[in-house]
Amino acid sequence: MTVVSETIEKRRSFWSIVRDWWLQYFSEVPLLAWLVGALVAAILEMLVGNPFARLIGMPRGPVLFGFLIVLKTPVLIPPAILYNIVIYALPVLLVARLIGGLSNKLAAWLFQRSVMLSTIAHLTLMYVALHVWAGFNDYRVLVVKLILLAIMVTLSLNVVNGYMGEFSCSHPGFMALGAYTASILSILFFVDDSTFGPALLPPAIGQFAFPIILIISGAVSSIGALLVAVPSFRTRGDYLAIISLAFTFIVKSLIENMEIVGGPRGLRGQPDWATLPVVFVWTMICVWVINNYVRSTFGKTMNAVRDGEMAANAMTINTRRTKMVTFLFAAFWAGVAGGLLAHVLRYVNPGSFGIQKLAEVLAMVYFGGLNSVVGSIVGAVGFNLLSEALRPLELYKWIIIPIMIILIMIYRPTGLIAFTEFDVKKLIQPRNKKDREA
Amino acid sequence: MAFFFQNVVNALQWGSFYALIALGYSMVYGVLMLFNFAHGDIFMTGAYIGFFVATLFVGLSASGILVLPNWLILILTILLSMFLTSFVGMAVERIAYRPLRNAPRASAAITGLMVGIILETGNLALLGARRQKFPELIVSQTYDIGGVSVTNTKIMIVLVSIGLMVALHQFVRRTKWGMAMRAMAYDFVVVPLMGVSINLIAALTFGLGSALASAAGILFGIAYPVLDPYMGILFGWKAFVAAILGGRGSILGAALAGFLLGFIEIFVATIFPSTLRDLIAYSIILVILTFRPHGFFGEPYSAQLRL
Repeated sequence: MTVVSETIEKRRSFWSIVRDWWLQYFSEVPLLAWLVGALVAAILEMLVGNPFARLIGMPRGPVLFGFLIVLKTPVLIPPAILYNIVIYALPVLLVARLIGGLSNKLAAWLFQRSVMLSTIAHLTLMYVALHVWAGFNDYRVLVVKLILLAIMVTLSLNVVNGYMGEFSCSHPGFMALGAYTASILSILFFVDDSTFGPALLPPAIGQFAFPIILIISGAVSSIGALLVAVPSFRTRGDYLAIISLAFTFIVKSLIENMEIVGGPRGLRGQPDWATLPVVFVWTMICVWVINNYVRSTFGKTMNAVRDGEMAANAMTINTRRTKMVTFLFAAFWAGVAGGLLAHVLRYVNPGSFGIQKLAEVLAMVYFGGLNSVVGSIVGAVGFNLLSEALRPLELYKWIIIPIMIILIMIYRPTGLIAFTEFDVKKLIQPRNKKDREA
Repeated sequence: MAFFFQNVVNALQWGSFYALIALGYSMVYGVLMLFNFAHGDIFMTGAYIGFFVATLFVGLSASGILVLPNWLILILTILLSMFLTSFVGMAVERIAYRPLRNAPRASAAITGLMVGIILETGNLALLGARRQKFPELIVSQTYDIGGVSVTNTKIMIVLVSIGLMVALHQFVRRTKWGMAMRAMAYDFVVVPLMGVSINLIAALTFGLGSALASAAGILFGIAYPVLDPYMGILFGWKAFVAAILGGRGSILGAALAGFLLGFIEIFVATIFPSTLRDLIAYSIILVILTFRPHGFFGEPYSAQLRL
């Protein structure tokens, strides 16, 4: 390939050189090798990150790839770039290249055993890398948790807004329901609290009851979703937007008026159960279930309802059932995410589930891309990283981010990565031609 | 009974803000079939522009350069800021809506939301977090009519807003421009082929809506003389609800629903604890929309909505 391009055009651009170099050396590196590389980089950072940072003139290892520190003191731009190259880029590339062949064989072996096994192996590796990377700094742990939760919320909103084509504004309401249900349950049963009295069950089993609490909170927010789903039979588009908006306002106002849960002051004292592994596992389950849901026959009926409700009805699709199930399903995951969020922050207040939250969630969905699981993941991760990285700009952050989203909307009206299928098999299969055929 | 009429007067004042803002939503919807989610923040911008214009005139009067009576300052402020704010609306249309006219409508909603955030943050960055106090243009006088206390500002606010609504209605019904707007609302595929510029009409619609929002902002500033950058959020969304409640694209519906929302809120706040205001108001709206999904004056839902 390189030979052909060299003979045809003499002067090649910088990017085409990079591309050819990439294709030549890295096109056969499977995901497994990249994950190992990431793990090696994370371990390297844990071992020599701080000393190396001091050596090149930074106070300590940068928290978020140096974005925060660079925006505060621009003098540190060269060390930050150097740090990123030496600690992250070089080890990842080197390891990936070195173990590329070996990991291809391993990936092929795993892939042939079972796709499930292979996926779990990849996820475990990914988690270990993430854990080591986040363990460098407490702030990173919080950011990673919040990003994982954002992925859950964005995905579940994408199911309604992207796949089913309704403009639903009710997600903050669902999250609030989930967050408060989970908080009340865990405080009532497992925490000695001044309002809710002593713990009804021994606090030691609380960690094991946490999944049940989360499922209950998801179910409660599903029941709340009935209020939005039933009107959606008769209407869609703008009227549904209003109904769901009214739902959000009603939930918020209801919580503000309930003195037992603290009213507008909020509720604190949730136990520290939402650790990084818990959040990671729930997010992966969420991605897995939602990805299967949208690729199932039932998921395709959502697309049919979006593209033409009358035609879908004529094709014997039960549109009411589709809408009902989809709303309850999306609300369930929003509720679970809300419950986790309450336990991550260990504090909830109704004010955080208002218009601001709505704008943020909508921005993540439309930034990433409609009708696409990958898009939602990219949107949630990208939006949150951007918003964390630009934090030193304070006020101006909220001018720069909207401008970027407006530009994305103008040039890609359905989002960055819209209308694509998320194929796990393609992602985890070996890249080597020989191994793939074997 | 006096208590009841007292609240009617309050509700008329409160509802006139909603009605004026809701008109902007409704007109844009009628012509372009999309909601201008930046409208609440245009209301805020209009109030601030009004604040600057009024402060300028008051300052000129005080320094003796251009001595004007207060009532003239008020009229000039309203007219000048309506004129200036209409350009803000046109700019929003040009930046956030025109490039997305053929995109999915939800994308346009997102750009609208983002423009709103830019307006809020820009205001905060330019003027700081300090709240501005609207200059007092009318010396408040209280009349007592059969136990009902009515201030002259309340009468003025209700009269000015009703006057603006009538003027808008006459504009849309009687003038050539209004006819073009109505035609565009009827069919925006064929009408441009007849030589009506869709860009011009869209800009006009946004400009008119923003001018009304600016008037609402100034009237609000006279009634409650404290301005802050986030005042548009709550008003904007509530007026959006009113616009939907009235039926999309219906000017009469938006005005009536705005007043209705004002009545609901004021009466809920007087009968129940005022913290329950939003809860009950939105519950009533949810019930109304569940049984009458197309609002009071809107056309029933058809499956061929462009989304």
